[in-house]
Amino acid sequence: MSFQVSKVNDVTVIEVEGQLIVGNRNELKKEVLEKIELGEQTFVIDFANTAYIDSSGLGVLVSLSKKIREHGGELRLSSLSEDLRTLFELTKLDTLFKIAEDREQALEGF
Amino acid sequence: MSELTGGDLVLEIPTDIHSISGAVDYVLSRCSASEVSARKLNLNFRVGLTEALTNAMMYGNDHDPSKSVVIEVVMGRDHVQATVRDQGSGFDPRSVPDPTLPENLTRSYGRGLFLMRELLDELWFNDCGNEVTLILRAESCSTFEGGASA
Repeated sequence: MSFQVSKVNDVTVIEVEGQLIVGNRNELKKEVLEKIELGEQTFVIDFANTAYIDSSGLGVLVSLSKKIREHGGELRLSSLSEDLRTLFELTKLDTLFKIAEDREQALEGF
Repeated sequence: MSELTGGDLVLEIPTDIHSISGAVDYVLSRCSASEVSARKLNLNFRVGLTEALTNAMMYGNDHDPSKSVVIEVVMGRDHVQATVRDQGSGFDPRSVPDPTLPENLTRSYGRGLFLMRELLDELWFNDCGNEVTLILRAESCSTFEGGASA
């Protein structure tokens, strides 16, 4: 996995490429926690180029969402493939996250 | 990772969570002759096998690199089957709470076994719980239909 971090207005956008899985989930966690420490509050994690997320990856997203909310911010997700959306629906995490069709939609209203 | 003899495919891999993705890719690459669709292999079977290996290494073998995990794969024409065995003392799968209940939804763990149950057609544990067998059939009604009861 690799990820690209950019800033759109005041929103930190992180594009995850490859797989978000047990072997690399902490890299994403570390990146976001560092941004929170720097005062960033609003995040979009974009999965347009993500092939797969395992249960550990889902767990990291839940953990980061909680942490961001504790700091008064918000995490939105975008661009889930049909397979990834199925994983969110099965685990009912689609009820926990704001999931946008694409990055532009996710950025609306922030 | 070493390939042992016996069965359609038998692998022994050391406990290292960074090796899981490669091991799963290798197993999937050997399942192409099955009638199970590529999409089901790449979602249902990939998820199931990944979660089984993760549980085996993290909870079964407790991250101990001196311990290994054995995967035995049977590739039938109309199904694929994988048995994952760790060197731990096992667990009771009935003790794992439903992660979709409102009180569990914000937990950052506990979804692996649930996904295996949802996405595979059959899921069997041995008596002590350190071995799990996953079965995915070609004839499931939809890509995502599973619903193992174990």
